[in-house]
Amino acid sequence: MYAYDTLDRTFVAQRTAQFREQVRRRLANELSEDEFKPLRLRNGLYLQLHAYMLRVAIPYGLVSADQLRALARIARRYDRGYGHFTTRQNIQFNWISLKDAPDILNDLAAVEMHAVQTSGNCIRNITTDQFAGVAADEIEDPRPWAEIIRQWSTNHPEFSFLPRKFKVAVTGSASDRSAMRVHDIGVRLVRGIDGAIGFEIWVGGGLGRTPMIAQLLRGFLPKEHLLGYLEAVLRVYNVEGRRDNLYKSRIKILVSTLGIERFRDLVEAEWTLTSGPGLRLETAGIARMQSHFRAPPYADMPGRSREFEAKRLEDSAFARWAKANLFPHKQPGYAAVTISLKPIGGVPGDLTAAQMDAVASLADAYSLGEIRVTHRQNLVLAHVPQDRLHDLWRALDALDLATPNLSRATDIIACPGMDYCGLATARSIPVAQRLSERLAALDEQYDLDQLSINISGCVNSCSHHHVGHIGILGLEKGGAESYQVTLGGSSAEDAAVGRIIGPGFGAEDVVDAVETILITYLGQREDSERFLDTVRRVGQDPFRRALYKQP
Amino acid sequence: MPRRVITANRLIDGVVVWRDAAGRWREEIDRAAASDDDKTVARLLSGARTDEAAGVVIGPYEVEVEVEQNTASRRFLPTHLRERIRAGGPTVALH
Repeated sequence: MYAYDTLDRTFVAQRTAQFREQVRRRLANELSEDEFKPLRLRNGLYLQLHAYMLRVAIPYGLVSADQLRALARIARRYDRGYGHFTTRQNIQFNWISLKDAPDILNDLAAVEMHAVQTSGNCIRNITTDQFAGVAADEIEDPRPWAEIIRQWSTNHPEFSFLPRKFKVAVTGSASDRSAMRVHDIGVRLVRGIDGAIGFEIWVGGGLGRTPMIAQLLRGFLPKEHLLGYLEAVLRVYNVEGRRDNLYKSRIKILVSTLGIERFRDLVEAEWTLTSGPGLRLETAGIARMQSHFRAPPYADMPGRSREFEAKRLEDSAFARWAKANLFPHKQPGYAAVTISLKPIGGVPGDLTAAQMDAVASLADAYSLGEIRVTHRQNLVLAHVPQDRLHDLWRALDALDLATPNLSRATDIIACPGMDYCGLATARSIPVAQRLSERLAALDEQYDLDQLSINISGCVNSCSHHHVGHIGILGLEKGGAESYQVTLGGSSAEDAAVGRIIGPGFGAEDVVDAVETILITYLGQREDSERFLDTVRRVGQDPFRRALYKQP
Repeated sequence: MPRRVITANRLIDGVVVWRDAAGRWREEIDRAAASDDDKTVARLLSGARTDEAAGVVIGPYEVEVEVEQNTASRRFLPTHLRERIRAGGPTVALH
């Protein structure tokens, strides 16, 4: 993984010292809250319902075992012993004191981490495929490109005060596991007509109040021009994007208003003007970055492990977990393991400090000391020898981290909702917990695989509810929580915004409603058809009739 | 007019606090000063804003409460769910 150079270390150290002084001035009342708020937000520090919340950046979701131990220490020393992984592959601590924030940033800097640009109207944490570098279907590892974009966008003077926040995802596969098309910019590695590898650039995706799927801006961009072209897109947005209306300030509104052709013309014109050699990536520089992400020293092993196959046959619980939570690895004899952070009835995405320490040890023992955070709020150990999967599974099971539910009904994405978040209009977590408990049995009986349920506690859509196969949006209606349900969304390569099924449901009824939707699906599905395909085939009517008792 | 109390977040740690009759900030809502009189609430809020200017708390505002009174105790229950969660903490287990 990428290791800081002198420039990174100096920048993070300077920023940490700067923020320590800003906190001192705030606590001494030399700065008002209005003056201080933009400064703390630039360092990932929010004020939520019960305390300050610190959002720590995990660039493209990649974290070392030592870094995870540092996060565990922070959770234990400065928080209440746990953290919450987010859909931007970051981690949030919910119970932070302002007075402790400088020391926490110091502790983070010691392990090459920070909280810079996890908030504010700037380019946020770059996200990618959790299976980057190990996926068999990958054209090329997207992580070096994510790191190149991270370095370019960090403290970029021109893009530090954009009209609104800006999110970029990079993927190296045709199968989109990074939700690339709901990002402001999506970058996808592709092979051109002549066989050369370059990028597709997508623009104008986003969720929130006005969900939109990104449109193709450029079908093929040679690698050397990545930053020049992104800079042109950002420049057009920075100049043309609206600053007079918060709800119309994202790039998706600009692209939609201008139309993709006009927006493309503006970008190409800007790019022609500014794509001088200074912005062109040099081959040697690209190779240097790729060397940070070189494949680790894998052992030479047969493609199928006899040990693994034998354990699968003799241990049905292990077999079930292996079926759900393993991903094929490009290296023979290895597998990528997803650690579900969705125990039945648990809080999606939460991990205790003790579990963080334990996962770090397991990463050291089984997966070359590396952990990935997924945008679905799970963790991945990406390099596990198949011979050792059964041992790993037993260790995870002892930690309550072996729930065999990846991409199944109980693999629910949920934001903190009104239990923690100052913006929320309804609770998310209790709904997720009740749904998980209710759907676990249904899943076991009817095999509810390839199903995503996403629950957001407000229109800001932190849980990407618009692109959940079943999306749930918590609102306040007449002083009570009300949950609006959408069907048919997807964040994958078949990206789509879900459609509202009808009037919302009260907190007491929403779990029944989702169960009714799934029972209706079971009555309609053909063979092993996934939920999304059934909805696309039969439309919303059967579900609406079942939910609202219509003839 | 409904009965109201004054709340804010404490600057140093962000903790939810409630203003009592003596102008102190309390972590327990039941120790807050409550009133259904507009002038009294305005006076309480004015004192809170002075504390905000002094860098003690952030963002003070009024919260409507219902009062559960019995011989032994008096409890305030915010009418709005968000404020009930602020007063009582998350409704889910913290691990």
